[in-house]
Amino acid sequence: MRNRIQVIALASLSVLALTGCRQDMHDQPKYKPQRPSDFFSDGRSGRTPVENTVARGTVYEDAAYYTGKENGKEIEYFPITVDKALIERGHVKFDVYCSVCHGKIGNGLGMIVRRGFKMPPSYHTEKLRTAPVGHFYDVITNGYGSMWNYSAQIQVRDRWAIAAYIRALQLSQNANINDLDPADRTKLASLDKHPPMPKGVAQPLVPDNPANKVEMKAAPAGEAKKTAK
Amino acid sequence: MAQIFKSNMNSLMRVGIILGVVTLGLTGGALFELGADSQYATRQGEAREQPIPFSHTHHVGSMGIDCRYCHTTVENSSYANVPPTKTCMNCHSQIWSDSPTLEPVRASYRTNESIRWTKVHDLPDFVYFNHSIHVKKGVGCETCHGRVDKMPLMYQNASLEMRWCLDCHRAPEKYLRPRSEITTMGYTPKEDQEVLGARLVKEYEVQKLETCYTCHR
Repeated sequence: MRNRIQVIALASLSVLALTGCRQDMHDQPKYKPQRPSDFFSDGRSGRTPVENTVARGTVYEDAAYYTGKENGKEIEYFPITVDKALIERGHVKFDVYCSVCHGKIGNGLGMIVRRGFKMPPSYHTEKLRTAPVGHFYDVITNGYGSMWNYSAQIQVRDRWAIAAYIRALQLSQNANINDLDPADRTKLASLDKHPPMPKGVAQPLVPDNPANKVEMKAAPAGEAKKTAK
Repeated sequence: MAQIFKSNMNSLMRVGIILGVVTLGLTGGALFELGADSQYATRQGEAREQPIPFSHTHHVGSMGIDCRYCHTTVENSSYANVPPTKTCMNCHSQIWSDSPTLEPVRASYRTNESIRWTKVHDLPDFVYFNHSIHVKKGVGCETCHGRVDKMPLMYQNASLEMRWCLDCHRAPEKYLRPRSEITTMGYTPKEDQEVLGARLVKEYEVQKLETCYTCHR
């Protein structure tokens, strides 16, 4: 009899020890973001709103702000206040999402283009310098040519910030040298003679610059000519 | 015939049994402690198998794509999202568009079926973690996730144990970096980390949150 009690006591002790290894609290039956679901047929726990319903705060009435267009025409003005903070925000977002193809200065020589993606036009062409600002917003939102839309990756306000930064880039590559002090002007001309600066840095940075063409190994040869006009 | 065991052996045996049990318990405890901390248990440094052998070395290291290009929600949300298939297709509709390795990506895009990636950094469900606040306070991606630009297959760089969290929560100034360097890989501070860290703690209003309910809520 006494033996049996000891065996049972030992057995229950070891069961207790085993329960210590259960992971119920680690893996609770609840949904965290992007956790798969057995319940829904597509296996996703994240759901989209039911068709023909509008969630509170998602009525987009300000057409100019949300589409970059008014009466089907791309707007020529910024629907939000443009200040330094917005342009700086645009700089960060541009470098993250756009520079991969458009290049950090918007000449269309981003890394993905060098690896074979169709080269986008430079921002520093007459056509794009004079394009209404709503055009850039619209392209980010809906895509253009080979460029897919970025509406899921970039929020509305940030799209305007990027548009503002593109304007800053355009100004930077099309500034008049006579706007500079004579002292700065001489410095600029000798910029590429200083060791850390790459050769040709004082040249205008546009796609048909031969200094840039050397780097474009993988891009199809015909594209550069077509888009460089 | 004389007795083999004298009567004092009774008490000796009792002491022996007690000592034995204590030693066994201590050894077991020590083994468990070592085991629970082991990389085997935390899965630290173990590359996980994925439906597509996605290489961060290639995309981050050699292409220089910013973390946020794909993990778009990291600045605004508790979680850093695994990107939808469409993000892959932004480039791979044109580049490597007939590679057999990428067929699962194209299939996912065609059929609208999610790619089932394996979660690598899986915190216990009783832990609340918010990416956006860490990013805003100057904790770089690299600080927790390591040199992602050198990971051909993704693995967990840190142990993700509570003591590891607390290391930083107790002394954030040792780890903080300027917000402009958040996604930089291979970051080295341009000045003394102690000076920089102390300044960033002030500037970003970083608190030393060590209460239980900071994470267990």
